[in-house]
Amino acid sequence: MSAHPADAAIPHTVEPHPVTGLPNGKFGIWLFLASEVMLFGALFSSYVLIRTQAPHWPPEGGLSSEILNVPLATLNTAVLITSSITMVLAWASCKLGRIDRFRLWMGSTIALSFVFLIIKYFEYTDKFHHEHFPKTNNFYAIYFTLTGLHGLHVIGGIVVNTFLLTIGTRLWKIDRDHFTNRVENAGLYWHFVDLVWIFLFPSLYLL
Amino acid sequence: MSASTTHGHATHGGHDAAHGHHELPFWRKYIFSVDHKVIGVQYGVTALVFLFFGFTLMMLLRWQLAYPGQPLPVVGKLLGENAMPGGVMAPEFYNQLGAMHGTIMVFMGIVPLAVGAFGNYVVPLQIGAPDMAFPRLNMVSYWAFLPGGLLMLAGFFAPGGAANSGWTSYPPLSDIATTGQTIWLLAMVLLITSSLLGSINFIVTIVQLRAKGLTFWRLPFFVHAQFVTSFLLLLAFPPLEAAAVMQLMDRLAATSFFLPSGLVISGEPLRVAGGGSPLLWQHLFWFLAHPEVYVLILPAMGIIAEVIANNTRKPLWGYRLLVYSAIFLGFMSFVVWAHHMFMTGMGTTMSTFFQTTTMIISIPSVVILTCFIMSLYGGAIRYTVPMLFATAFLPMFAIGGLTGLPLGLTASDIYLHDTFYVIGHFHYVVAPGTIFALFAGIYYWYPKVTGKQMNQTLGKIHFWLSFICINGVFMPMFWQGMAGLSRRLYDPTIYAHGRAVQSLNVLISWSVWGLAIAQLPFIWNFFASLRHPKAVENPWQATTLEWAAPSPPPHGNFVTPPVVYRDPYEYSEPGRSSDFHPQFAREA
Repeated sequence: MSAHPADAAIPHTVEPHPVTGLPNGKFGIWLFLASEVMLFGALFSSYVLIRTQAPHWPPEGGLSSEILNVPLATLNTAVLITSSITMVLAWASCKLGRIDRFRLWMGSTIALSFVFLIIKYFEYTDKFHHEHFPKTNNFYAIYFTLTGLHGLHVIGGIVVNTFLLTIGTRLWKIDRDHFTNRVENAGLYWHFVDLVWIFLFPSLYLL
Repeated sequence: MSASTTHGHATHGGHDAAHGHHELPFWRKYIFSVDHKVIGVQYGVTALVFLFFGFTLMMLLRWQLAYPGQPLPVVGKLLGENAMPGGVMAPEFYNQLGAMHGTIMVFMGIVPLAVGAFGNYVVPLQIGAPDMAFPRLNMVSYWAFLPGGLLMLAGFFAPGGAANSGWTSYPPLSDIATTGQTIWLLAMVLLITSSLLGSINFIVTIVQLRAKGLTFWRLPFFVHAQFVTSFLLLLAFPPLEAAAVMQLMDRLAATSFFLPSGLVISGEPLRVAGGGSPLLWQHLFWFLAHPEVYVLILPAMGIIAEVIANNTRKPLWGYRLLVYSAIFLGFMSFVVWAHHMFMTGMGTTMSTFFQTTTMIISIPSVVILTCFIMSLYGGAIRYTVPMLFATAFLPMFAIGGLTGLPLGLTASDIYLHDTFYVIGHFHYVVAPGTIFALFAGIYYWYPKVTGKQMNQTLGKIHFWLSFICINGVFMPMFWQGMAGLSRRLYDPTIYAHGRAVQSLNVLISWSVWGLAIAQLPFIWNFFASLRHPKAVENPWQATTLEWAAPSPPPHGNFVTPPVVYRDPYEYSEPGRSSDFHPQFAREA
């Protein structure tokens, strides 16, 4: 997005504040992630509470690892971690002034995000085919709510990253540092989404 | 909502003087504006309209409490057969009015006015910034707030009417309530999103955009209060968002997050999986809603600090103590939430813990109040309209705070829980407390926003009538509560102990309607003052940075970037010819 006349005068949009060492955007994204921690923290706490109250978990008997598809989820974990690496490479390419490399790595990040969602889609439809819905019991309620909300965060990441890869790149020609900062902020968010999954995977599928 | 047309007047003039900016089209300048001042006014006007609407709901509800089962003349007919069959209020409609009153006043009235309006308008000016750190994000917060608020009101048109499970939306009732509850949840998600984006913006702005020389210990107390408030909004709201998502799942996908096993409704077993916990909702809700209480009161204290320092013409007593107390209050507000839940059977260990933390949190509140009272001592007080509201705030907040102590102690709470005593207690904090502070703020900063001074005589009439009526509303509630009268009763006269205090209900209701009339001078004054001649710059002879900018400030705020030379409240310095020494004045 081209620089807006209104932000022209805002200090520390690009250059870091001398005391905090951060530009505004990076500070803002860290605060946003703090609120996200509280959001997922509340959901994880609810999971703990409902699970410890239940006489059996999962309520239908058996083990979580037998009900949910561990191999597919393991693959998805690998996909997300890889996408975090490509995200870092995209940012590093900006730092090195290589916008062509940035396009390659950012494109890979977005592609891997889609791979994650497609695998998730197969997991979900498999559950639906076996008549397992959120209403079946609280195990599925938590599974679908937590992974669903995480999936929405993945979609949010795809939107932001696609913006940066397409029309967002125009900023590169005007202000390289500003654009690089934006990629870094998107990356921080993306690593957080990755991190949430790294908590979700063992606590839903394995424990 | 006619916010866009109304505030057009408020910011008129001054814009043309904006230095060098090319003219923006009307919709960019006044509707989808990124200027913190326009957004502040948008928030302010919208919140005042919502506040008045929420008050109107209570004016209606008070008819049923004063004259149970009697038809309401004229208005009763207009509201239709569903809400008021034959002019008599239906119990379902009564519940909607109660639930929506609380929701509207807290989430769509006071928070947007205290944080969205005053925070947005005043904070960047008081720290000498050209705008908020993220102007477009600021615009998005407003445009998440307005649809959220309108969606909330649209609930009244849903089948079965608006949400009717109380403003706390406790399950299982809320899980099985009519469609209005789903709309309530969706609207809350929008309102929460708006608050989150706003709070990020405030924190970054206050940390990163302070003018040269403006250290943290030179910030006006109002900015400190907004800073702590923003952290509360940032960290306390997401758990309610999580809870709202789970309740939405319960309602739309038939999950059982908040539904226990074996629930029977009207003699029929509820066909759900069960295994959930209604208490879980209460924990998540109050984890937000208790910090929310401090979101309501801290900005109000900030306004009071500004007005008191300015009108006593001396520095605030215990400025650092005030700041430390506000920060401590912020921390403690996260660990007191379950004092709302002593009656849920969560166990004595939990109750003891939360009783203790509740007693601890009352200490910084009293410290803050004491600092304000000490600030009055020895001052040559100017009883301007803002100062009248600020002085009234002190005893009103004190009554509200002190009556909270018996509710924080488990033994006395068992008796008082869910009675009118509770209603009296928290309304003293937020109505003659916070809302009076907000009025003080409106009268105090009106010359900044419009360049015009409000009529002081009308202001005094507004103050005295409001002050008398509002005490007529809330003071009798303590008696009713101590007589054991439960809140949320559709007809209190079905009980003998309710009939004993029914005459007080008549007094309260007439005070409510009197309070509405007392707002007429304010509403007239608010609009008529726009036609006043231009007031002098800095009409209150204040020291803080917002008065370094022209009134109303142009886009970009300051003609030259301000530099700060001293503490915020340098009034009546010995040996100076004038009794105020602005932060931005260069000479020694």
